Amino acid sequence: MRALPRLVQIGFVVGLVLLWHLATTTWHVSPLLLPRPALVVAKAWSLIVSLEFLDPLAQTAGEVAAAFAIAASSGLIVGAFVARAGLRVQVAEPLLTAINAVPAILFFPLFTLLFGLGGGSKIALGATIGFFPIVLNTISGLSNVERILVTAAISMGASRMALLRHVLLPAAFPSVLAGLRIGMTLSFLAVLGGETIASFDGLGHQIADAAESMESATMYAYILIVIGVAALLNQLLARLDSFGARR
Amino acid sequence: MLHPMQETAIEIRDVAHRFGSETTALSPTSLTVRRGELLCLIGPSGCGKSTLLNLMGGLLPIQTGSVTVMGEKVAGPMPHRISFVFQESTLMPWYTVLQNIELGPIFQGASKAGLRARAEAALQAVGLSEFANHFPSQLSGGMRQRAALARVLCLDTDIILMDEPFGALDEQTRMVLGEDLSVLLSRTGKTIVFVTHSLGEAVFLADRVAVFSARPGTIKTIVEVNAPHPRTPEFVTSPEFAELRNRLYTELHEEIRRTMGPGMRAAAAGADGGRVQA
Repeated sequence: MRALPRLVQIGFVVGLVLLWHLATTTWHVSPLLLPRPALVVAKAWSLIVSLEFLDPLAQTAGEVAAAFAIAASSGLIVGAFVARAGLRVQVAEPLLTAINAVPAILFFPLFTLLFGLGGGSKIALGATIGFFPIVLNTISGLSNVERILVTAAISMGASRMALLRHVLLPAAFPSVLAGLRIGMTLSFLAVLGGETIASFDGLGHQIADAAESMESATMYAYILIVIGVAALLNQLLARLDSFGARR
Repeated sequence: MLHPMQETAIEIRDVAHRFGSETTALSPTSLTVRRGELLCLIGPSGCGKSTLLNLMGGLLPIQTGSVTVMGEKVAGPMPHRISFVFQESTLMPWYTVLQNIELGPIFQGASKAGLRARAEAALQAVGLSEFANHFPSQLSGGMRQRAALARVLCLDTDIILMDEPFGALDEQTRMVLGEDLSVLLSRTGKTIVFVTHSLGEAVFLADRVAVFSARPGTIKTIVEVNAPHPRTPEFVTSPEFAELRNRLYTELHEEIRRTMGPGMRAAAAGADGGRVQA
């Protein structure tokens, strides 16, 4: 019975491709809007074997890595600083939540003015969007530690450092990890989104570029590649999650 | 275990406590805890018995009066003299049972050498050797409190303060743990203050039982239990046990009535009289 859900999932994907194929043949959808699946797969394959996809992938991956590094380090540091005092949490948490509700993509034009059309503006956007889930989860993780565990540790003579190391950080770990996971996903989405709006390079740029020059097959091929990268990233993050859950 | 040395472990003088400006948690209370005795605090809900325990252990600031532990004025936790067992599990969920037991000594700067052996001996004493490498979530409630007991044994302080340590457990587990505690402690000669809701538990474990009056409480009377440790199941069925239990029940009954208030009388008539359990 465990194979059944997997079978249905595979059936769903096969069905989708079949519909796609039918749309391009029997239902005569314009190849400009929707090229045949076989053509798209062939194009993706040629992009892969010619290693043509590597440059835009490296560009995008570099931007995501930089954006995530900034989001993670600033989110963890600010979160730890805020969570150290109840008053700071009361002031900062609603404020951060409110700012987080503003669609950060609105700042992208500003970022292109500040950092140019290259990687800088994508990194700025990815870091801004990735920062919020990380800082908010760090604050909630550190400030929602069970009081009685802290009391018990203090009654056993724990110093401030020992309390942090043996009680607060391990207690906050699952929440912080979840924040990092969401932050990583959002940074990835933000960088790709930024690339499709205005850029010189990257996977998002290739997709937008192909669309503008009516090379539909190339556009869909790059979308396939992005889906593949996203699936890989998702696998990686799921590993991280199960590592967190094991404790 | 009677107390051959009538020395003082904890001296409480006119201690009172308020939470905020409205709530008086404890009316002025004085109490002397003798060295090596097991003293039970029993009373209606909210009478301040847990507050008094936390004041003794330096977990709450002392507002009026004074508390002295082995001649030293209490101004905060004294990890080298006092250890705690709480009602809820206070094992760190991310550490194994063994790591949890080693944690207290590590906090106090104990060297690694010999610590493992000490922790293992403590686990053995409570019968949890097989579970050293389990995580707290893999243990039953009773086993977790055993582990908490092992942690206290490993800390090896002269004084142990226990705040309803078996309060969240079922009657059978509570009974077995009570018997084991009585056996363990008759060997060590430690001073223990034990907060409980259970009359039977108080009589079974204590050398003396301090009965609290209704909120804002203070100690109303102290009942002596003159039976040697370790106490046996035969003690529970003895006439002395029944007589002491009845005496405590009478002392407590009117206090509980008072906490419940007149409006609750009819409703409580058929109930067990507040949270006191037989």
